[in-house]
Amino acid sequence: MYKILRKEILSANIKLMEIFAPKVAQKAAPGQFIILRIDEQGERIPLTIADFNAEKGTITMIFQEVGKTTSQLGTMKVGDSIRDFLGPLGIPMHIKNYGRVVCVGGGVGVAPLYPQARALKQAGNEIISIIGARSKSILFWEDEIHKVSDKSYITTDDGSYGHHGFVSDILKRLLEEKERIDRIIAIGPIPMMRVLCELTKPYNVPTFVSLNSIMVDGTGMCGCCRVTIGDEVKFTCVDGPDFDGHKVNFKELNARMKRFVPEEKEAMELFRKRSSCICQ
Amino acid sequence: MPIDDNKKTPGTAKKINYIREKMPVQDPSKRKNNFEEVALGYNEETAKKEASRCIQCKTAPCKNGCPVEIDIPAFIKLVAEGKYDESIKKIKEKNNLPAICGRVCPQETQCESLCTLGKKGEPIAIGRLERFAADYEAANVPSNETKISPSTPAPKVAVIGSGPAGLTCAADLKRMGYNVKIFESLHASGGVLRYGIPEFRLPKSILDREVKYINTLGVEIEYNMIIGRVATIKELMQEYKAVFIGSGAGLPYFLNIPGENLNGVYSANEFLTRVNLMKAYKFPQFDTPAAMGKRVGVVGGGNVAMDSARVALRLGAEEVYIIYRRSEEELPARKEEVEHAHEEGIKFKLLTNPIKIIGDSEGNIKEIECQQMELGEPDASGRKRPVVIKDSEFTIPMDTVIIAIGQGPNPLIPQTTSELSIGKHGNIVTNEKTGETSIPGVFAGGDVATGAATVIKAMGAGKIAAKSIDKYLH
Ligand SMILES: Cc1cc2nc3c(=O)[nH]c(=O)nc-3n(C[C@H](O)[C@H](O)[C@H](O)COP(=O)(O)OP(=O)(O)OC[C@H]3O[C@@H](n4cnc5c(N)ncnc54)[C@H](O)[C@@H]3O)c2cc1C
Ligand SMILES: Cc1cc2nc3c(=O)[nH]c(=O)nc-3n(C[C@H](O)[C@H](O)[C@H](O)COP(=O)(O)OP(=O)(O)OC[C@H]3O[C@@H](n4cnc5c(N)ncnc54)[C@H](O)[C@@H]3O)c2cc1C
Ligand code: SF4
Ligand code: SF4
Ligand code: FES
Repeated sequence: MYKILRKEILSANIKLMEIFAPKVAQKAAPGQFIILRIDEQGERIPLTIADFNAEKGTITMIFQEVGKTTSQLGTMKVGDSIRDFLGPLGIPMHIKNYGRVVCVGGGVGVAPLYPQARALKQAGNEIISIIGARSKSILFWEDEIHKVSDKSYITTDDGSYGHHGFVSDILKRLLEEKERIDRIIAIGPIPMMRVLCELTKPYNVPTFVSLNSIMVDGTGMCGCCRVTIGDEVKFTCVDGPDFDGHKVNFKELNARMKRFVPEEKEAMELFRKRSSCICQ
Repeated sequence: MPIDDNKKTPGTAKKINYIREKMPVQDPSKRKNNFEEVALGYNEETAKKEASRCIQCKTAPCKNGCPVEIDIPAFIKLVAEGKYDESIKKIKEKNNLPAICGRVCPQETQCESLCTLGKKGEPIAIGRLERFAADYEAANVPSNETKISPSTPAPKVAVIGSGPAGLTCAADLKRMGYNVKIFESLHASGGVLRYGIPEFRLPKSILDREVKYINTLGVEIEYNMIIGRVATIKELMQEYKAVFIGSGAGLPYFLNIPGENLNGVYSANEFLTRVNLMKAYKFPQFDTPAAMGKRVGVVGGGNVAMDSARVALRLGAEEVYIIYRRSEEELPARKEEVEHAHEEGIKFKLLTNPIKIIGDSEGNIKEIECQQMELGEPDASGRKRPVVIKDSEFTIPMDTVIIAIGQGPNPLIPQTTSELSIGKHGNIVTNEKTGETSIPGVFAGGDVATGAATVIKAMGAGKIAAKSIDKYLH
């Protein structure tokens, strides 16, 4: 069992949890993720390691409540335990001094972006970060990102804070102004990553994305997480989750994310019904 | 008589009974709607009757067909005499997982294929008797196995993977007095026995029972431990004096044809893992779904394909096809499983080779395009090679396709252990007689060394490695 040591509510449906998992924390590296299963009936879901502390033996993750499992996780309290916690999974990001790196994070993607930006900064890179959210109220970790960046931009879709518009607007401007950019890391919703990759391709700037394909085991055993990269099929859980964004078949990925929509709805409705019964 | 030299004492030979006792099974029309066990097992009466058919051949050819060398005539004689608890002890001298092997061993190509009675009639149902003895014990004999704690601080041995290879190796080492710990990456034990073979063929309560037995011996299993990531082999070697790798063949192969990533295409591993390990057949009580269409095609002809097809049927598919490029004769699945599939109404599209999966604009499967094949000259494996019949393409409407064409060794440990010598199929290279790998103190066996094989072969490899580890540590 893996104990929840800290819980923070970052915005209406985005929560942070710090979990005691010393063995995972020993080995965790930026770019990696874990798979957890809340209880015996639970589904295995992947979440990125947003931060880790080997001394304290903890892993921090930030998640958005989108369906049954993430919503159930959101109801858990400090002191509660998670039944299974497997990791660190995936290939750690390649850290070296590239020069100037632009880190783009959208929505909950800011969480996985943070440890990568921090590691790149420590490796001597100049970090320009662009983080975006639908609205000011759901933006989180602005300070954290700011601390590891030489320059940072904020965008909101509704204009409630920072630049009114999308993260891609800022990146476009930087590219058009012929700022030297050696590498781009982009993590966020699939449509965002797709737009960014289309944007950077003509400029030939290496652009790396972190993919969120649906997973079961996370150990390379089932092929559920397969994605097409160039003309090769790769397993996100063992060959990724970071890939060259210019080679990703986003259309296919987008379709594959919808594989279980009716079942996910059913599970969520059942969960809602059950949790409202408890409240009454 | 051809079996003269095997007779016990001349003149006392009874009339030989060449017909085996039938095994009761659940009615096909009922069982295709549930996940309960299909084959129901012998009772005392039928077991005794079947056991009495054994003529106790002195040379016991059957033994040579068992990879773990169970003393088959001895345990069968004890069943015939009604000494069931002694019988199971006899089996357990060699086999820690008799209830499992009795159910899933391909006996017809192993022990039973060499049975003397098979030359003239039906061989003794060795597997069924083994199952009977194990089930009898579970139902009637209280478990009194106590923990074997090493008297002196014993060397520590790490076992990677809790499939049949790992479980067997660990149990044997424990009995020899070592301190053994199993590291398992999933949240449950058993490997393929848990996530691959379905409940109706191997009830998980039986697996749990066998694993509990291994636990009571004092073997600890630590779950959620993915070796290669959470610790490397090299790091394990700092704490453990020897390591056994039994990480299996979990890497699913695909056909590499267009449309394979459409929604509705599963690898058999994904499909079976969702259903067996994650219990999708109990969705939504259990959270993991396994969306199932009405028309399902399963590509392949082995046990994995039969299991996938029969699971699909039980999840509510209306029509399920096995799509296989050779003929019925070459189907690599166990005969019994093919028969059961037929009885349940699975349709066989034989000599059929899929070349393309066609989808709609949403990325969902619509149909599968196939070619008709015919059998040509035998290939290197001795089986007749399927050859394409020209201009024979046709399509079958489908909404789900399950690819069950095989699995390769799990690549994670090879990838993260640079000194490990790897074969051309991604398998860990071992000395078959000892289980030694290219790293001193590191042993391997089971599917990770041989590629996808059988439960009992994996167990045999676990046993061999346990012996070698004992030698190595002395
Ligand atoms: C490597 C990796 C890292 C991830 N890191 C984070 C993270 O740090 N924070 C975070 O909030 N989320 C992260 N995700 C996504 C997270 O796993 C899903 O949101 C979660 O599994 C949804 O489960 P659910 O039962 O709550 O929702 P469901 O009802 O199962 O799904 C709701 C919707 O979410 C999408 N979804 C379903 N399963 C997944 C999945 N495995 N991955 C992505 N989307 C899915 C589907 O499009 C679905 O329609 C990550 C995913 C991957 C693969
Ligand atoms: C659907 C299906 C049906 C089958 N039917 C039959 C049958 O009827 N009869 C028969 O004899 N055989 C059958 N087989 C084959 C048989 O199950 C296998 O040959 C056997 O299980 C191999 O045993 P193993 O111990 O080598 O590996 P596995 O059973 O594969 O076990 C390996 C274990 O290692 C774990 N692992 C992997 N990597 C790591 C890691 N890095 N760190 C920690 N743990 C790890 C895995 O999670 C797994 O639990 C079937 C196989 C399948 C898939
Ligand atoms: S373990 Fe398998 S091969 Fe050996 S006797 Fe039992 S059924 Fe036959
Ligand atoms: S099982 Fe068959 S081969 Fe073995 S001793 Fe009995 S009759 Fe002979
Ligand atoms: S999640 Fe199963 S192979 Fe990646």
